[in-house]
Amino acid sequence: MILGVSIYEILTLTSILFFIGVYGFITRTNLISILISIELILNASVINFVVINKYLYPDVLQGVYFSIFIIAVAAAETALAIAIIINLYKQISSVEVKDTEVMKY
Amino acid sequence: MEKILFYILAIIMIVFAVASVSSRKMLRSVVYLLFVLIGIAGIYFLIDYNFLAAIQLTVYAGGIIVLMIFSVLLIHHIEMELEVAKPLKKIITALVCVVGLGIFLTTIYNYPFHVIENANTTTINEIGKGFLSYEAGGFILPFEVISVLLLAAMIGAIVIAKGTKKTVISSPNPSKGGESPFPLGRVGDGKNLKH
Repeated sequence: MILGVSIYEILTLTSILFFIGVYGFITRTNLISILISIELILNASVINFVVINKYLYPDVLQGVYFSIFIIAVAAAETALAIAIIINLYKQISSVEVKDTEVMKY
Repeated sequence: MEKILFYILAIIMIVFAVASVSSRKMLRSVVYLLFVLIGIAGIYFLIDYNFLAAIQLTVYAGGIIVLMIFSVLLIHHIEMELEVAKPLKKIITALVCVVGLGIFLTTIYNYPFHVIENANTTTINEIGKGFLSYEAGGFILPFEVISVLLLAAMIGAIVIAKGTKKTVISSPNPSKGGESPFPLGRVGDGKNLKH
């Protein structure tokens, strides 16, 4: 644990990051920007897993395992989403949300 | 000392996160996200999870950010500015986010966490043994499942990203729409095209 920093301050930081991500997710109109906001949200939750593991249950490592799983899922999700975005750009020449009307194969 | 470091990291992360969701140039927004991710790796270093910090740096800063930068360079002009949402929508969203943050913080500050004072250092050895153990409490099955998931996602990404090019080669689509080299039939005969 970090000397002199309580769990409340770290949870405050992660909550702020989470809601910045939510704000970006709602207000941005571009697919890649939405992906960036999703990364912010996922990272805030990963810090929560790690910090709660370290501060409340220091004898086990479950939080670390779950955070590694979350990072792996986030990587897979980003790769797939970027593939879809590039494919979409090939078809409709735009990555704006309002132009994305058809995603049927 | 660690407290000061934590506060510096927190301020850097919050400032760059706000810049990342509000910047109008997409490449800058991705680079701001990179700073946020590096700050998160710094927090992992501070609480002595060196392995997780290394993973954060390699997977996020090394992999995902580079992927995003390449996709931004492929589909955008660097100088192009993004559309912004309507001011009313921004204000309403910001208000909703502040209210949600207030609810989160009141809940957190009212909950009595039973913090155990410790200075454990987690080694890679313990993490690896936990992942690969098949006894009670081991994580070998989720580990294998997540590796299959990653493999499937990578193959799927390749298939999706190559999909249209293959159709271009096999069926050049001679009848309609000479203005675009891509087969427009599958997006409703070009009706949904908006340039």
